Amino acid sequence: MSERKLSPLEQDLATYYSAHEGSFPGSENSRITELRNSAFQSLMETGLPTKKDEKWRSTDMKSVVANTYNLNPDAQEYDVEFSEMFRCDVRGFEADVISLSNGWYYAPEEEKLQVYDNGLIIGSIAIAQQRYPELFEQYFAEIADNTSHGFTAANSALWQDGVFVYVPDGLHIEKTLQLIKVVSSDNQLMTNTRNLIILGESSKLSFMHCDDSVNHNSNLINTVTEVHIGKNASFDLYKLQNINDETTLLNNTFIRQYADSRSKVSVLTLNGGCIRNEIHVDFQGEGGEADLNGFYLMDKKQHVDNQVFVRHSVPNCYSNELFKGVLDEEASAVFNGYIYVARDAQQTNAFQRNNNILMTKTAKVNTMPFLEIYADDVKCSHGATVGQLDTEALFYLMQRGISEKDARLLLMYAFIADVTGKIGIEALKTSIEDMVKKRLRGELSICEKCVLHCSRPDVTLEFDIDMSKV
Amino acid sequence: MEEEKRKNDVLEEVTSSEYKYGFVTDIETEHAPKGLNEDIIRYISAKKNEPEWMLEFRLKAYRHWLTLEEPDWALVDYPKIDFNDIIYYAAPKKKKELESLDQVDPELIDTFNKLGISLEEQKRLSGVAVDAVIDSVSVKTTFQDTLAKHDIIFCAMSEAVQNHPELVRKHLASVVPYTDNYYAALNTAVFSDGSFCYIPKGVRCPVELSTYFRINAANTGQFERTLIVAEEGSYVSYLEGCTAPQRDENQLHAAIVEIVAMADAEVKYSTVQNWYPGNKEGKGGIYNFVTKRGICKGDRSKISWTQVETGSAVTWKYPSCILKGDDSIGEFYSVAVTNNFQQADTGTKMIHLGKNSKSTIISKGISAGKSNNTYRGLVQISKKAENSRNFSQCDSLLLGDQCGAHTFPYINTSNETSIVEHEATTSKISEDQLFYCQQRGVDTEKAIGLIVNGYAKEVLNKLPMEFAVEAQKLLAITLEGSVG
Repeated sequence: MSERKLSPLEQDLATYYSAHEGSFPGSENSRITELRNSAFQSLMETGLPTKKDEKWRSTDMKSVVANTYNLNPDAQEYDVEFSEMFRCDVRGFEADVISLSNGWYYAPEEEKLQVYDNGLIIGSIAIAQQRYPELFEQYFAEIADNTSHGFTAANSALWQDGVFVYVPDGLHIEKTLQLIKVVSSDNQLMTNTRNLIILGESSKLSFMHCDDSVNHNSNLINTVTEVHIGKNASFDLYKLQNINDETTLLNNTFIRQYADSRSKVSVLTLNGGCIRNEIHVDFQGEGGEADLNGFYLMDKKQHVDNQVFVRHSVPNCYSNELFKGVLDEEASAVFNGYIYVARDAQQTNAFQRNNNILMTKTAKVNTMPFLEIYADDVKCSHGATVGQLDTEALFYLMQRGISEKDARLLLMYAFIADVTGKIGIEALKTSIEDMVKKRLRGELSICEKCVLHCSRPDVTLEFDIDMSKV
Repeated sequence: MEEEKRKNDVLEEVTSSEYKYGFVTDIETEHAPKGLNEDIIRYISAKKNEPEWMLEFRLKAYRHWLTLEEPDWALVDYPKIDFNDIIYYAAPKKKKELESLDQVDPELIDTFNKLGISLEEQKRLSGVAVDAVIDSVSVKTTFQDTLAKHDIIFCAMSEAVQNHPELVRKHLASVVPYTDNYYAALNTAVFSDGSFCYIPKGVRCPVELSTYFRINAANTGQFERTLIVAEEGSYVSYLEGCTAPQRDENQLHAAIVEIVAMADAEVKYSTVQNWYPGNKEGKGGIYNFVTKRGICKGDRSKISWTQVETGSAVTWKYPSCILKGDDSIGEFYSVAVTNNFQQADTGTKMIHLGKNSKSTIISKGISAGKSNNTYRGLVQISKKAENSRNFSQCDSLLLGDQCGAHTFPYINTSNETSIVEHEATTSKISEDQLFYCQQRGVDTEKAIGLIVNGYAKEVLNKLPMEFAVEAQKLLAITLEGSVG
């Protein structure tokens, strides 16, 4: 075997890894060190993905891996209270805000790991791994699969900080926990953020993960999130993505569900240069339910890639995937759903749907809804469509005096409403729907602050329908 | 419980039914020594008395093949093939040129009678022109007179190379170049025979053309090559059938089928593939690695593939259409049945290049026993394919809890005026349907037969009559009562 030629980024990662070996968080913990070592081995063996990898054929990382990045950026200091600056203005939507600045947990030193009276723990993963070795022993790096591709392996080897959340048994957290990730620096940077979320039995958590960028550097954000959902627990995850057109965002989410647990994931992609969302759901106990939804509204030369793997290893689980997107200008989208039903996973219900609307000649969609099924008593289906707005519906609206432009907007808005309608928090739903409207009208640009600020919820948006004609 | 047990018994009984075409015919054959090298290719070419350009073409393909690696992306699992352990040329010993059927070796006629393809009968009754290919060589083409009247050329590929070199040269490898894939390169290097069919401008072929393939000799691979050219405004319906004896070792079948349809031409290609699937323990059987592709070259042309896949240990086959002409139409109808340890990875590619091109894909997979059945398909709409349309439906039926059914569709769209729809479902025979039939006095076995046939009807309906009957019988043999 000849040695593989390393790409510039692989070279940098290797150099960085050997220079910092021993000083990464958890280096005193032999298990974590071992995990880092094996992940690094795996990265060096398989390398970062290229177009030759089947799963990455339509998402080209060539320019990304040819770049050099600042691998160890400092946390940006802010004059104002960070959480105040990004606190959601959405009326009626209350959230506790935590934040990461350039990948580092951003809070005063003494607040970096907070243990509440009810047993809830929220804080920096780097500190949590020292404080709670027994939880890390049980949960950390249990489900993130380093062999899936080089970026996950790179994250497992080089992570330095991230968010740790522990919800004890029986605890219901009513307020949404909002994580704001801001990336801002003078040079291009790469962050390897690692999150670990643990939900105890019969607990409940709603988590919002906002990816924002402040400036226009070509950053590379590589996040791995592991979520353990205990028996009968329920977890809602909202991923709101509104980053600049230059940044590459790789979000790898691994979810393990125990018996009778419920998960609901909404991936809301409003803007971003290159976004790849990988969601892996693995059912470990019977009676689990996973509802995975997403929409993407892309234009310019933006690219979005949603990879959803659902593994039904046990009987009696339910999964549903619904992803919808509108592609304008030269945007491109990839959807790859993968439902795997193991030999004994009888009574599985698994559904998959991907609908796309192409607006221009230059937009592109590659959709791959896959099924791999080894059990007979199952109900599985998938569907995919690529097309345009329904011309009859369009005619119907125009016939009633609505201008073509508005009619198109209305129909697109209705198209996306299937996904936005599934957002469980009423106030958030209204706000997102407003943002969709704005985005479709091309009025939403990335805000300097949190995405949710942009929606100006105090101003109600109306389509400019000429009432005199109705 | 009782019912359950009975069902299992029926399943047992049915899945143990033997492959009825597994006999070996004792015909004198001559064959090339085992192995693959340039000398073997020269040997084959010399045997066929081929012109220099043909040999050069073969050698070029062989040299390219050496640089390739066996593809491993399909969801099939089989031991590595030793390509030097195969005989690349075997032929029934020819005494002299055959003029009439009477001169055909009686053993051969017997073989085809056993297969239900009576060369003589076919000639008189069913109005089907048959080209019979045994091992590597075309042994007899019937119905020549009628065809000659219409200037239709239907003959063995080796004859075509001799008699119509300009046509062969023009179209051979124009749809499947030797660089296409591993098995295509291999086939181009060593193909021995196959059928050549040419329908002149404006001619509607009055009979159905049919080729029957049979592997007889042991340790041989069959590498046939079929080329169908339909000139402007012509029409042809073409049938292909295949069987092989029951042997413990695996045999390789790597064929190429090319179809060229000019403007307003229509080609309908139907296959009932019934190669030996191996025994109940998964021993033996044919590796069926086939490249089939048609090009709708002219405007308003149409190519339709219908396949019933019941045989072979491992199938790797994707009959495809390149829709180059404006308003061209591509169709793919498939029923793939796997049982015991069979593995099938099959599907289609629809490449839309022309404006207003349309394609339909209907695929019905049925898996039983410990088999795995995969649909893998690509629908590609290129930038210029304005207003193109695709509809795909891929359903899988699982009979038993030890088998697998998989669907891997790829949809790539780069045109905003096109509409692509894909749907698929996976399920078992519904208890309700079964109950409904039983309630009306239909026994379990028949009820299942009824449901499976109904399930596959959409595809079977597309088959020419003679084949539809055969296909229905085949389905019945492979599956009757196999619900677990």
